[in-house]
Amino acid sequence: MATTSIMVRETPHVLYTLRRADDALVLGHRLSEWCGHAPILEEDIALANIGLDLIGQARALYTHAAALEGAGNDEDRYAYLRDAPQYRNVLLVEQPNGDFAATIVRQVLFSAFMDPYWRAMTRSTDETLAAIAAKAEKETAYHLRHSAEWLIRLGDGTAESHRRAQAAIDDLWMYTGELFESDADEQALVAQGIAVDPADLRAAWDETIETVLAQATLKRPADGWMQRGGRSGRHSEHLGYILAELQYLQRTFPGASW
Amino acid sequence: MTHAVADSIRERAYAAAAQVADPEVPVLTIADLGVLRGVDVVDGTVEVSITPTYSGCPAMSTIALDIEVALAREGIANARIKTVLAPAWTTDWMSEEGKRKLAAYGIAPPKGKAGRRALFGHETIACPHCGSENTEKIAEFGSTACKALWRCHGCGEPFDYFKCL
Repeated sequence: MATTSIMVRETPHVLYTLRRADDALVLGHRLSEWCGHAPILEEDIALANIGLDLIGQARALYTHAAALEGAGNDEDRYAYLRDAPQYRNVLLVEQPNGDFAATIVRQVLFSAFMDPYWRAMTRSTDETLAAIAAKAEKETAYHLRHSAEWLIRLGDGTAESHRRAQAAIDDLWMYTGELFESDADEQALVAQGIAVDPADLRAAWDETIETVLAQATLKRPADGWMQRGGRSGRHSEHLGYILAELQYLQRTFPGASW
Repeated sequence: MTHAVADSIRERAYAAAAQVADPEVPVLTIADLGVLRGVDVVDGTVEVSITPTYSGCPAMSTIALDIEVALAREGIANARIKTVLAPAWTTDWMSEEGKRKLAAYGIAPPKGKAGRRALFGHETIACPHCGSENTEKIAEFGSTACKALWRCHGCGEPFDYFKCL
């Protein structure tokens, strides 16, 4: 393995798969940062478990992308040997963990989208994506339930937990628009039945978020300016720091294994 | 290789692989758990198919290694271990025998059929120690990805519940 970044032949199908893989890897990595630091032991285990599910999903997706690309890349090369502008994840998942409320809000916003997403993807004409979706769908439903229950506890808890939960929603709301975006290449995959149109999942996401926020006594922010760019490699500064930690070993000792 | 020889190798390989214990729940074999999907002989090479319980299950590589060791003990070398994703594993793949072993081991077995639950469904799980249904969930996640942590108000003991997935 070399220290220099790889070039990826991003056909629409490869790019689509990498976008979903990068979402899962980056959020999985973020959650792993809580390991040993969560407010209670049970939650330390829960966040690590959710992270593990996401990294498992990422591995399956990268492996599939590698087969589609057919250029000799593999899950490790995609994860370790691409720079930030080559990562295709949405900006939401790379946002810092912040306090526990911010981590939980980020998880609810993302899982509320991924739950109907994976359910729809079980009908993908790409059999491997459909198989990955069938596994991920069950895991994601669990992540959504767990994080939504926490958000209700925080929102409907003390004045302090309510304040922090509302602040996290207000801060992260501008990253939710990107979840529903697609481009012409993705629309072509939608037409072939490989992908689902994320815009079609908006109603399901809205309903989940409305239900959870109402129970949590939290306010839904008004839809204003939405941040975008992650899908085409324009990231917030945070991703670079994640990759510095994630890739350090392989960049320094190419091909190291243990 | 004749069909009869291949069949006999396949049967021996299956019997050996089926005895491999799950590294995280050692009271269950991978056959009890439904992780072992099948054994084939392809061009003279034994091919064992396994499926992960959860996408990120860290036990998969250990299970693959344990299968290779079990087959080697049977004199079967160069086996291929293949991971299959479809159909997705659910707790319905666990055998009734497996569920009995789990309960005897102190882990409450998955209750009912796998399926989609409501976002905030309520479950009643019987304590594997005393049988009381006066129990409560402490955490959605337990010692491994496939378990949740519960507590029994009847006997006061905490216990793992193998989540219905």
